[in-house]
Amino acid sequence: MSSDIRFTDFKSDEQPTWCPGCGDFGTMNGMMKALAQTGNDPDDTFVVAGIGCSGKIGTYMHSYALHGVHGRALPVGTGVKIANPELEVMVAGGDGDGYSIGAGHFVHAVRRNVDMTYVVMDNRIYGLTKGQFSPTSREDFETSTSPDGTNQQPVNPLALALAAGGTFIAQSFSSDSQRHTEIVQEAIEHDGFGFVNVYSPVGDEEFDHDRTDYDAAKDLIMDRDKEYQGVIYQDENSIGFETREGVTEPMTDIPDGAPDDAMDLVREFY
Amino acid sequence: MPDDLNWAIGGEAGDGINSTGKIFAQALSRAGRHVFTSKDFASRIRGGYTAYKVRSSVDAVESVVDRLDILIALTQRTVDENLDELHDGSVIIYDGERTMMSDFEAPGEMTGLDVPLKRLAEEAGGAIMRNIVALGAACEVTGFDIAFLDESLEKRFGGKGQAIVDNNKEAARLGAEYVREEMVVETDYDVDTTDNDLVLLNGDEAIGMGALAAGCRFYAGYPITPATDVMEYLKGRIEDYGGIVVQAEDELSAVNMALGAARAGARSMTATSGPGIDLMTETFGLVATSETPLVICNVMRSGPSTGMPTKQEQGDLEAMLYGGHGEVPRFVLAPTTISECFHKTVEAFNLAEKYQLPVYLTADLALAVTEQTFEPEEFDMDDVEIDRGKVVDEESIEEWTDEKGQFRPHAVTDDGISPRALPGTTDGAHMSTGLEHDELGRRTEEQEMRVQQVDKRDRKVETAVEREDWSCREFGDPDADTLVVSWGSNEGAMRDAIELLAAGGIDVRFLSVPYVFPRPDMTDEVEAAEDVIVVECNATGQFADLVEHDALTRVERINKYNGVRFKADELAEEVKAVLGEPADAEVEAR
Repeated sequence: MSSDIRFTDFKSDEQPTWCPGCGDFGTMNGMMKALAQTGNDPDDTFVVAGIGCSGKIGTYMHSYALHGVHGRALPVGTGVKIANPELEVMVAGGDGDGYSIGAGHFVHAVRRNVDMTYVVMDNRIYGLTKGQFSPTSREDFETSTSPDGTNQQPVNPLALALAAGGTFIAQSFSSDSQRHTEIVQEAIEHDGFGFVNVYSPVGDEEFDHDRTDYDAAKDLIMDRDKEYQGVIYQDENSIGFETREGVTEPMTDIPDGAPDDAMDLVREFY
Repeated sequence: MPDDLNWAIGGEAGDGINSTGKIFAQALSRAGRHVFTSKDFASRIRGGYTAYKVRSSVDAVESVVDRLDILIALTQRTVDENLDELHDGSVIIYDGERTMMSDFEAPGEMTGLDVPLKRLAEEAGGAIMRNIVALGAACEVTGFDIAFLDESLEKRFGGKGQAIVDNNKEAARLGAEYVREEMVVETDYDVDTTDNDLVLLNGDEAIGMGALAAGCRFYAGYPITPATDVMEYLKGRIEDYGGIVVQAEDELSAVNMALGAARAGARSMTATSGPGIDLMTETFGLVATSETPLVICNVMRSGPSTGMPTKQEQGDLEAMLYGGHGEVPRFVLAPTTISECFHKTVEAFNLAEKYQLPVYLTADLALAVTEQTFEPEEFDMDDVEIDRGKVVDEESIEEWTDEKGQFRPHAVTDDGISPRALPGTTDGAHMSTGLEHDELGRRTEEQEMRVQQVDKRDRKVETAVEREDWSCREFGDPDADTLVVSWGSNEGAMRDAIELLAAGGIDVRFLSVPYVFPRPDMTDEVEAAEDVIVVECNATGQFADLVEHDALTRVERINKYNGVRFKADELAEEVKAVLGEPADAEVEAR
């Protein structure tokens, strides 16, 4: 990895088609800056994106990337990182991709704790299909498919992550690009699953608790009245799943034939 | 006296039937005898009839027959379920002290051997060994040297300490002695042994071993009968080669993890069965259109829906050929024997990487959970060749960049195959997507590029048809008027059926097809035959439809979908019925 990488090296020559003022711009810029500032190179970076407005991120960024099927970005990222731990893996998605169709994978990715970063653009509405409610929409949110409100509780992704044993749980505001970049950078540096929920409208405030304090994190996350920005919880002793499983080398290089001792596999069946 | 011995143990699921059967099969294998096994089982952990059957001979055996010579019956139902296969010379070993067997009487002229299995096991150290007592008794009845059983017990229990091994040997000995001293049994079974070193394995294990030989380093899966053995085989072994088995939260995740690993450049695989294939179909189109090399193993079981999870069927052929929306090429390989499960797995990995597409490797329950003996040379690792296809490195990548220096992962080429840059390759960074894309991998809806990319993907199939060997395995009489065609696991039963038919004066030519797509062109063979019969384990004749489509000729069909594999003698009778030949019984009646 060379040290002269600038964040614009992570930009592709495609022009984003997001709506003017969309939080996705700030979110993506922060990801690119954080990747550059942590010494990554586009050729050693793998971005996985889901479906939805957020899914276009892989197109507007320059790196190795896969734009997958709806809701399955996290399993793809898991496979990439385990197969080649030398790659920097960043998964990007939206609230629909991550907390609706992909909610099951989210919980398991959190508890599996593979060393990658998950950035979710949580604007609490479906943008690509033009304005239906999302899993994080509030109960009284009126949309074309919820003219009288959703009549259901919103998903609390931070609480899901904490309950699933998350080791890095953070929230940023896409409007605060400097703080957002810093938080994503910390998520990249975290040894394990770095989860950043990017709240698109403007949120409330910073907080001031010891990030390793689980109970303080819980109280803050369960506070439904406010949206906080910062790293809410971190397990500083976290070790990534692939490391715990003993994976140290990329799995890409294999011999030209069967492994040298492969006849031993046959002899096992005597 | 027939030259094969057919032995079985049956009881309730949870009675240890499977492991006991495997121990006996292993003992026969150690004695240099060939073994072919089959299982009747229910999916519940406990409750429900289950049996493990062993056909054994000094010659190679690769099918089951309708004849049972020695039966260890832990329950009455075991006998009831097998009445058709038992005969006057059969010996039934049972424990009359077991409450449910206290009134048991061997049917007809069969010999019933009442051996106090539980009591003798307790004498040897614990009731849990009652099945081993029965194995000892079976050795005595057949005149099979108990020393081979000892070897098998050492292999099975060696990891648990010498005391456990010794107790089991003692249990076997008590069973043998009891029969020797208390019973008068006249049998003419002569269980010859040979000096052959044989290996005993099932299809799932052969697939797992093939994956390791082929350099598979990443496996993600979700447990499902009857594919779980692949995962369990790899776990604990793949790590020795720097790989991993990941148990995913579901099949949606498993296939996406495997896809991610493949995109990262690892040889990657998942295995599942019908219900999992349905889920993986969601991602299948992405794998294919992003041109990712991936091996998806489908160990078929009876469907639809949950179907009969522990029963045999070849019902997923069309799901694999046509599953998923849109049109995208895929290869479908169907190994026809357990040893071919190994070779076709190696081939599947090479094809996936050479042509950058998903390869379905399909076995079925009959292959997957059946143990069979082979000469170890059948799995010669020196013959394994690895071809990773058009992978570019930092120098050769220059040939594949556009005027701006951007890598073209979907470059339109004459053979349809584009270059592949593994992540980490300098100047190779690129996008892959399920959207239609241009040569750079960027989304496009531009008409000309759309057509070029579709044609390019399809051209890979044409290239593969030209460059690879997609031929059939041929058996029987090449000049016969009757042509039998089958795919997948029916080969063994059909080969034995050929012998039976030939003995009755009926010659057949048999094509066993290991490739469903691309597949061999059988038009000439079909046209040369008077009668064409397609044999398969499904109700609608999915492969027969393909043969008719390819050869533009109607064919006869033999279908079985009651959940049980074909047996050789049954298949021979079915073929005769199609040909209008009298059945065996009718011949005898004349």
